[in-house]
Amino acid sequence: MFQNISINASINACTRFLERVGRLVVTGIEEVGNGGVMVGESIYWLIFGARLKQPVRMNAIIQQMMEIGIFAVPIIAMLAGAISVTLAIQGIYSLRIFGAESHVTFGLAFAVVREFAPLITGILVAGRSGSALAARIGTMKINQEIDALKVMGINPVRYLVVPPLVAMLVMVPCLTMMSDVVGLFLAGVYINMELGISLAAYFDEITKILDIDDVLHGLGKSCIYAVLIAVIGVVNGAGVEGGAEGVGKATTRSVVQAISSIIIAAMIVVYVTAR
Amino acid sequence: MGKAAQQPMDAPPVIEVENLVTHYGERQILNGVTMEVRDGEIMVIMGGSGSGKSTLLRHLMALEIKTSGTMRILGKDIDALSQVEFFDLRKKLGVAFQGGALFSSLTVGENAMLPLYEHTDLDIKTMEIMVRMKLEVVELGGFEDLMPAELSGGMIKRAAFARAVVMDPKILFCDEPSAGLDPAVASALDDLILNLRDAMGMSIVVVTHELESAFKIADRITILDRGDILMIGSVEEVRKSSNERIYNLLNRVPEADAIDVDEYLSRLTGEITSGSATL
Repeated sequence: MFQNISINASINACTRFLERVGRLVVTGIEEVGNGGVMVGESIYWLIFGARLKQPVRMNAIIQQMMEIGIFAVPIIAMLAGAISVTLAIQGIYSLRIFGAESHVTFGLAFAVVREFAPLITGILVAGRSGSALAARIGTMKINQEIDALKVMGINPVRYLVVPPLVAMLVMVPCLTMMSDVVGLFLAGVYINMELGISLAAYFDEITKILDIDDVLHGLGKSCIYAVLIAVIGVVNGAGVEGGAEGVGKATTRSVVQAISSIIIAAMIVVYVTAR
Repeated sequence: MGKAAQQPMDAPPVIEVENLVTHYGERQILNGVTMEVRDGEIMVIMGGSGSGKSTLLRHLMALEIKTSGTMRILGKDIDALSQVEFFDLRKKLGVAFQGGALFSSLTVGENAMLPLYEHTDLDIKTMEIMVRMKLEVVELGGFEDLMPAELSGGMIKRAAFARAVVMDPKILFCDEPSAGLDPAVASALDDLILNLRDAMGMSIVVVTHELESAFKIADRITILDRGDILMIGSVEEVRKSSNERIYNLLNRVPEADAIDVDEYLSRLTGEITSGSATL
């Protein structure tokens, strides 16, 4: 009898586990679907908003561009510089084994422009602005501010989602460009101090190594990151339930999901384009 | 301040609801509600907790998707409206939510100006003048530069009223306007609702469980109970009702049958039974 009870308990635990997995999968699919719908609606309002007397306001986009882009310049410049210098240090250390440290520029240029500048920019924007977007929309939802917008005849997607989405699509590539420049410059300063290669020679080599496709590769990735950050922030914010605690959870989830998706997207893009 | 004269019985309806049925998941919330709100009247919706009054209000504001039934707002069937017509209709509605729902990143003046900014081509000076006038109406003149976080509970509700009426809506919805306020402030808000109706001629739908407030402002009262309408009538008719549930609601008597003991016990033992079956 005790053996039967034990077997039944194991079956129950398995059932509960499978139920939980099933629920998580369904929730995940639902969230991906919501994200797709959100992007579709945003494009719709961007194109047809003015015709439907619901124009997307340029000053709302500029305000978001300031918050997402301009105010993030110092921290992104600092971290892009730090990552690039770290890459230069590590590159020189590794290549010194083969006596080839003067060729550090090759690895550095590709790594910074194609991978690390967009990646570090995406991660910082996700932590700074994606979380803020989730918190803002979540708070507005629980305070019935989104309902208030609807009753006022203001479409919430047009008013709340399109401005940050457009601002991210413009500012994340701009910040990536800035990360490219700052990162390569500071790495060049370090290489100049460490190996005695002049900055002029360093940048001459950089321009020979890098193709416009490499820059576009990084910028293209940054556009994908921008959409991921905005959509994940909005979907998590819109799904908030349960008051202030729910807002906190949604904010954390949005940061974790955005950073994870950025890193996975980076891997997929490089797998598809660089093999 | 007293209530304005009763609205004529033959005033045209601004909201007509027929056989409204709605579900949350599998749970039926409204069981075929039929009612109308007449032009220029203050209709108060009352009921106990879980009676469906907030759900009904959300339907009247076209915020929820119904399971079945028809609804006409300002003579228009909301199911037959195009997107543009729907937005145009919504510009004629105003709402003051229970918590105010003011946008925390905007000042009181900017909150009140938002509908004008989004829906009109007026220049900013004209909009500022209109906002100041509405803030004066709700006795918040001079407070336009304050942030919502700097306001008291009563002031937040007044600011929400100012935003709700800034476009001169035909219908104003108020969700629990006097909840959480001290009696003096609650009474002042009741006066404000009557003032708005008399000065602007709008129809007002108020959801409340405050009896004193309801009797003070209502032209007619709709009483909901577990998703059904128990009664629609004037204040006097409601007061004189012999219906036991209405009597209980008005006299704050807990309903003995609110919990079905058999159903409750079977629910408990049912869980145990199903649990033991798998063991």
